[in-house]
Amino acid sequence: MTLLYEGREWNFDKVRRAHDAVSEIALDELGLDVYPCQVEVITFEQMLDAYASIGLPILYHHWSFGKRFVRDEVLYRKGFQGLAYEIVINSDPCLCYIMEENSMTMQTLVLAHAAFGHNHFFKNNHLFRQWTDATAILDYLSFARDFVSRCEDRYGVDAVERILDAAHALQMQGINRYTRRPKRSLADELARESERQAYLETTWNPLWSTLPGQKQEAPPAGVTVAPEDRAPSVEFPEENLLYFLEKNSPVLKGWEREILRIVRNLAQYFYPQRQTKMMNEGCATFVHYEIMNRLHEKRMIDDGAFIEFLHSHTSVTFQPSFEDRRYGGLNPYALGFAVMQDIQRICRDPTGEDRDWFPDIAGNGDPMGTLRDIWAHYRDESFLLQFLSPKVIRDFRMISLHGEEGRSYFEVAAIHDEQGYRSVRAALAREYECARIDPEIEVVDANMAGNRRLYLENRVHDGQRLDPPSLRATLQHVRNLWGYPVTLRETDARTGKRLSDGETEVS
Amino acid sequence: MNIIDRRLNPKGKSLPNRQRLLRRLKTQVRKAVAQSIAGRRVTEIDADRSVPVPMEGIGEPSFRKGMGGTRDMVWPGNQKFVKGDRVPRPPGGEAAGRDGAESGEGEDDFTFTLSREEFLDIFFEDLELPDMVKRRLKQSTASVPVRAGFSVSGGPQSLDVVRTMRNSMARRLALGRPRDEDLEELEAMLAEAQASGDRDAVVRLEAEIGRMRQRRLTIPWVDPVDVRYRRFESRPHPVAQAVMFCLMDVSGSMNEHMKDLAKRFFMLLYLFLQRRYEAVEVVFIRHTHEAKEVDEDTFFTSRETGGTVVSSALETASRIMTERFPVDSWNIYIAQASDGDNLSSDANRVLAEMTNRLLPACQYFAYLEVGDPPSDNWEDRSGPSELWRTYESLLAETVPLAMRRANTASEIFGVFRELFARNGVSSS
Repeated sequence: MTLLYEGREWNFDKVRRAHDAVSEIALDELGLDVYPCQVEVITFEQMLDAYASIGLPILYHHWSFGKRFVRDEVLYRKGFQGLAYEIVINSDPCLCYIMEENSMTMQTLVLAHAAFGHNHFFKNNHLFRQWTDATAILDYLSFARDFVSRCEDRYGVDAVERILDAAHALQMQGINRYTRRPKRSLADELARESERQAYLETTWNPLWSTLPGQKQEAPPAGVTVAPEDRAPSVEFPEENLLYFLEKNSPVLKGWEREILRIVRNLAQYFYPQRQTKMMNEGCATFVHYEIMNRLHEKRMIDDGAFIEFLHSHTSVTFQPSFEDRRYGGLNPYALGFAVMQDIQRICRDPTGEDRDWFPDIAGNGDPMGTLRDIWAHYRDESFLLQFLSPKVIRDFRMISLHGEEGRSYFEVAAIHDEQGYRSVRAALAREYECARIDPEIEVVDANMAGNRRLYLENRVHDGQRLDPPSLRATLQHVRNLWGYPVTLRETDARTGKRLSDGETEVS
Repeated sequence: MNIIDRRLNPKGKSLPNRQRLLRRLKTQVRKAVAQSIAGRRVTEIDADRSVPVPMEGIGEPSFRKGMGGTRDMVWPGNQKFVKGDRVPRPPGGEAAGRDGAESGEGEDDFTFTLSREEFLDIFFEDLELPDMVKRRLKQSTASVPVRAGFSVSGGPQSLDVVRTMRNSMARRLALGRPRDEDLEELEAMLAEAQASGDRDAVVRLEAEIGRMRQRRLTIPWVDPVDVRYRRFESRPHPVAQAVMFCLMDVSGSMNEHMKDLAKRFFMLLYLFLQRRYEAVEVVFIRHTHEAKEVDEDTFFTSRETGGTVVSSALETASRIMTERFPVDSWNIYIAQASDGDNLSSDANRVLAEMTNRLLPACQYFAYLEVGDPPSDNWEDRSGPSELWRTYESLLAETVPLAMRRANTASEIFGVFRELFARNGVSSS
């Protein structure tokens, strides 16, 4: 084979050639399934702009994005932080931004990583398929931007900022984690009701009413609103706070509800990315590693380019030890890549240990098929729980720690040994569970006929209470959107009891 | 695959976000600008130096878990610990944990810098300048003509001969205008034919020559379409040099507030001059009962004791003027800030100095009488000061003298109103 390119400089022709070569390997040899891709070359300033708008090519304006821009710019200009080589958007066609400063090897790497790795993951992972609509996102973003800017023209920047501030504060509470039950039609409802009635009539037996000592069930703890004060149309509890406010707030105007909806939809669009961050990066890293190696084997890139690739690949997958000054948590690239490489090894060349741990996939000889299946059907938490192997735990020398509040030390719960593998694996998987990272907050009640007070409940797990100053400020935002007093109660998730000073009110 | 070059697309898509951030940080920005003014030299007002603004009070709250409670975590790179060991908590809580990094909180203690434009905007905002004036100050206004290609119309003085002749030659070649040499050759042949008596040849050649002459007439040597003129564009350019005299009373009665007003007043005049002139010199003269030329630091910071004799400063100014800044090569601007105290016996000397030397020589004399911020106590409001009464008697249509009393920064602009108005700006 002939070399795709030589030297550092890139041009459009070379990029096109590299894309075609990468595409051949990705589609034919690795069997990836991707959206058509659109590569856009941008400068570092445009990259900073893209950073500011959380990676999206189009976004409405808000000061918090300006703040992010200032922060990134300062870090970049002072040299504390490099910029990403690429940004990729989950859309159809898949938008892939590459920087003009990259060398040709980097451009090839970026194409393999983003245009095929991430792209495949976006198109195939079940979370993205279920919750995001790749064909419509760009249109929706431009609608959102135009709508917000029209609102700014008509109602003033301040009024829009007030709503956006509040919506941003609540965006993590604006996500549907489960699909809703489909609404029944009235006819269905009536049919069901009469069926039920008929069943009751056929099974009615007066004997039952003679049983002594039937106690009335006590009302569940925490109920404060008399049933007649509730609005009949509202169902409780509701975990999607933004949705609840959008539909039920007594004070919001139409355009304000629409803005809440926009923020809610964007949060929902990003939720799969939060749940699969490590897998997504692992998948892209695995794909670029495979592709670059095959390009080198086929003599389509020269040794110099391969060394350059290895240099940047190893710095991306570098994992410092927790005692290292550079430690900043587990590196998702490193962990995802390591686990996926290990799956490849298990499929091809399993040890006895692997056969014990992974009887389903060990030695099946089809690493790509196995990985494609995994990429499609798992998220970070379930992926680790299923596929983190003892070997990876040993390689990373993982240690599981347990910390009690008020103690100056952590206790070592498990390390990378025979007794520890399973508990390390379970503990690590829990760290990637979004439902555990986010607090569990629900709207539990609202007094619609009287003082219109809104009741929220935070179910506290493991004594991890909300950060108080942030809690007050956020509650004030809820109050602004609801228009009437708001109460948040913190209860212990296990016992259901109210915690001490667990009630915060904004009136 | 599509590959699109977006590098030429406009950058700065995030600019509206920055403006919104500035709006949000208004108090901090104003404070930073005020501090920066105190620290800057008058001549540096326009310098492209960034102003750090602390980012306070723009946290983004959310419902998020605090640091308390029991928690389990997995770390990589264990070298020495076994089950049951105790690992000391890292200092600063669990900052290494994922929660802290994701929320983006706790990173607000950094500063960002205002660009020159943004700085001037806020500086002007305090001074409540009319918009037209702001625009004028931000751009330079004087202009010089600069060569900018060619045009087909223009005055004879800007005719470009070379370009015109090149066009003419091209046209002549293209249309095949007979050359002088061709004509001469034919005439020579005609003469020969006449000499040899070849009648046919003579007729043929005469006809040929006639056609050629006709053609030379219809295709002129230089046609109006050939003519090109040098085109000029007027480009903004500062034209001359100016000197600005800053006169200030530094006697004990001038407090910090008054000095701050005076400084802003001098800065504004400096900005204005800098837009109009290539080089602006600044002379600082402070006075009590006697006047002295000093550098800027001394001017604004030192405090003298003594009476107040304004004429001493005016005399010093006019002496420096004659020594170093001859009227024919310098535009002279004088700005005076004072609380209005003057020895009453000095009035005549002030008047004489002004009418005889300073006012005839200078472009503009701006007097700012600074006072304390307005208070509700009516007793504080005294009548016109000594110096004010003296200058008032000088006011007339043709005299380039403006005076104004200012207690707050927003009142300073009034003293320049006429100055800006005279340059074609109508100030409302």
